[in-house]
Amino acid sequence: MAQMVETLEQHRKTDETALITGSEAIAVACKLADVDVITAYPIRPYDTVMQYVSKLVSHGEMDCEYIVAEGEHSQFEIVKHASAVGARVFCGSSGVGWMYAMEALTVTPALRIPMVAMVGNRALDDPGAFGTEHNDALAVRDLGWMLTWVDNAQEALDTALIAYRVAEDRRIFLPCAISCDGAFLTHSQALVNIPSREKVNEFLPRYNRADLLLHPDNPITVAPQANEDWVMEIRRQNYAAMERTTAVIKEAYADFERIFGRSYGNPFFEEYMTEDADIVLMGMGTLSIPMKVAIREMRKAGKKVGFVRLRWFRPFPAEALAKSLSRFKAVGVVDRDYSFGSPYMSGVVTTEVRTAMYAAPGPKIPVLGFICGLGGREVTLPDITRMTDSVYAAAAGKTQPLTQWVGLRE
Amino acid sequence: MGRLFAVEIIYRGIFQKTLAKNVSRGIVLAAHQSGKPGISFGRYSDSPERNGIPAKSFAIVGSDQETLEQGMAKYEPTEVDITISVDDTLCKGVESWAWYGLQPVNKLLKKDGTLIVTSKETPDALVSMAHRKDYPYQLSIVKGTPSFSGLWVYKDDHTDVRVLGTIARILPDLFTLDALKKVIFAEWHDSVKVASAERAYERFDSVTVRPNQGNPETPYKFDLPKWHEMGEGIAIPCIPTGKQIEEPGTHVMGGYRPDRNPTFKKFSTRTMRPVVNFDTCIKCTLCWLQCPDTCFDVTPDGLYDANMQACCGCGVCEAVCPVPNCVTMVNEAAFRDNSSQWEAWKKDKTGYNTWLQEKIASRPERSHGFRYRGQYKEQVPEMLEIAKQG
Repeated sequence: MAQMVETLEQHRKTDETALITGSEAIAVACKLADVDVITAYPIRPYDTVMQYVSKLVSHGEMDCEYIVAEGEHSQFEIVKHASAVGARVFCGSSGVGWMYAMEALTVTPALRIPMVAMVGNRALDDPGAFGTEHNDALAVRDLGWMLTWVDNAQEALDTALIAYRVAEDRRIFLPCAISCDGAFLTHSQALVNIPSREKVNEFLPRYNRADLLLHPDNPITVAPQANEDWVMEIRRQNYAAMERTTAVIKEAYADFERIFGRSYGNPFFEEYMTEDADIVLMGMGTLSIPMKVAIREMRKAGKKVGFVRLRWFRPFPAEALAKSLSRFKAVGVVDRDYSFGSPYMSGVVTTEVRTAMYAAPGPKIPVLGFICGLGGREVTLPDITRMTDSVYAAAAGKTQPLTQWVGLRE
Repeated sequence: MGRLFAVEIIYRGIFQKTLAKNVSRGIVLAAHQSGKPGISFGRYSDSPERNGIPAKSFAIVGSDQETLEQGMAKYEPTEVDITISVDDTLCKGVESWAWYGLQPVNKLLKKDGTLIVTSKETPDALVSMAHRKDYPYQLSIVKGTPSFSGLWVYKDDHTDVRVLGTIARILPDLFTLDALKKVIFAEWHDSVKVASAERAYERFDSVTVRPNQGNPETPYKFDLPKWHEMGEGIAIPCIPTGKQIEEPGTHVMGGYRPDRNPTFKKFSTRTMRPVVNFDTCIKCTLCWLQCPDTCFDVTPDGLYDANMQACCGCGVCEAVCPVPNCVTMVNEAAFRDNSSQWEAWKKDKTGYNTWLQEKIASRPERSHGFRYRGQYKEQVPEMLEIAKQG
């Protein structure tokens, strides 16, 4: 193990600026959060975070157990166990690597393990493409993971700190996966504010596994065999924990703003130019950037379009979102994912938004689904213009297909 | 509406990876010092890099954050203010994993933008390598041998800061020399490096390349198929069997030329090519056998012709040839086309041999990366001297 160097770093009272990628920003957050155990297994584009962590460890800037496993299944199992014995842990993967860990990913929320993981969103094989797609992270959406998408390196760092705060809250004890779009966020360096250790220490208490700690002084056993007499009640407990996440997330963001001086407004979704919008587009991750550029252009041409960027996919902010979207004449949801055979063949986010609108007050508004940007294909201004025109048509009462592929060679 | 700046660095994969990163990060940090936000990234599909395969890095800077967003979440900017080629042979055009067909070195360059090349060649030589454009652009040479490093060992010969100093002179609105000097010192704590940047700034020179100047060839490209035009199951058909070659003059058919991938040719990867002395060849077959990419065509008269559409310049043929001076690797900058050496020899043996000797004598071999202990100790002082004196 590397000799731990007592650096100024540990007691740093001032903020710093660094030119780093979203992945590197998360690695820095792990350092600030004094993570105890990190397991790694290389797969592009998540591997930028494991490389940066290994540099921090070898330079003595970070004191943690850094283990390169023989595969993602073991990688996630190791940190799950480490967390059960009281270690603050970090893990991550991409694409089919994340899928390789699926058994471990399934049992992690079931055992109430507050793991924080980074998913470097990557298209699922086959074909083997490195470009971004959201199906990898979305694959665990039913299991009890909190899921959030960030769109810039600063948000990645901040959200990682918030994730530890929320996940490790005893009322929650659920894992959180932070999704970063491959290439645009994992491999693009931007200027990031790195907060002082002092601020982080004020925001983030130490991990306390409390009554669930595996230790000889706490004689419990976990993960038993169970039959039909037990399973429903166990599941109902996870349901309750997930119900509590909304309030805890709000608390954490409020505290974050107070201590770090950065406000994210509504934690669950960001609204851009929606105050007077006729229609809105919705999406997750870095497609927000060409979206905002396009909306500014379209506004100049007199189109009153807005954009809603969903940050937290789990817990899904159904009521708040339905209330907000009910103000508009039509909604277009951009899915950087697919769900073959789903209702109307729409993407995952579209289907969830339609469900959220089911119980919305007022008349039913059109919710169109657009599949765009798969495999990392850029979401372009012409794409966005086409989607906007279609949503406007729906708002005017003209029938539009419920699912459209945009930016495809056809 | 603010100002969006874009700079691209075209480099040889692996060998110049760190160099390119130092330049693109240097740009963003110096611009930040001058009060402008920016991002730095490599072209995503160029990675994982392979030795010598052309790759790109970019620095995008905006006068403000909102303007910067126009250049974000993209793989490649639509146009650039400055193109930097840190290996002069890249001026012939690049074919990379991220691109389909041959991309001219100046493809993204704006009208009146500047192409910066690190080279010991003359401006005329570089202009003749680069493809013609419809509008004028500037060419600025940072004098020196293109800087190649090993993957883990960086050859710090100040090429990075000399390029940065040149940029400060071309685009002071992007960052000032003062801002650059602060950043160089903060990164490297080396005042000699700062001085190299300043020298490059002072010594800056450029020529105008007019629309009628350059390689007139149309670089090859091809259209991507529609989704329903593609075969299902992600199954790819193989390359068919090759054909015989025709002998010039007699038109006798014989030998064998393998069919090769028509859409990925690889020749822009090479920084040196083998030149063959057919008169001394003993037909041992070792070059043909050992070539990792099956680049040798078998001629009707049983000789072996390195096909210049396919050769990527690894140098194995030179290493295994048992006859002294039969196969010699020569710097790619000495050549202007991919024509067949065997055909030229068949047509005019005396003329060919004169050409051959001239090529071998005039150009030093190109050496890649880190080859032996002490190599950089030899190479760096020469470059630092150039950085100091010009």
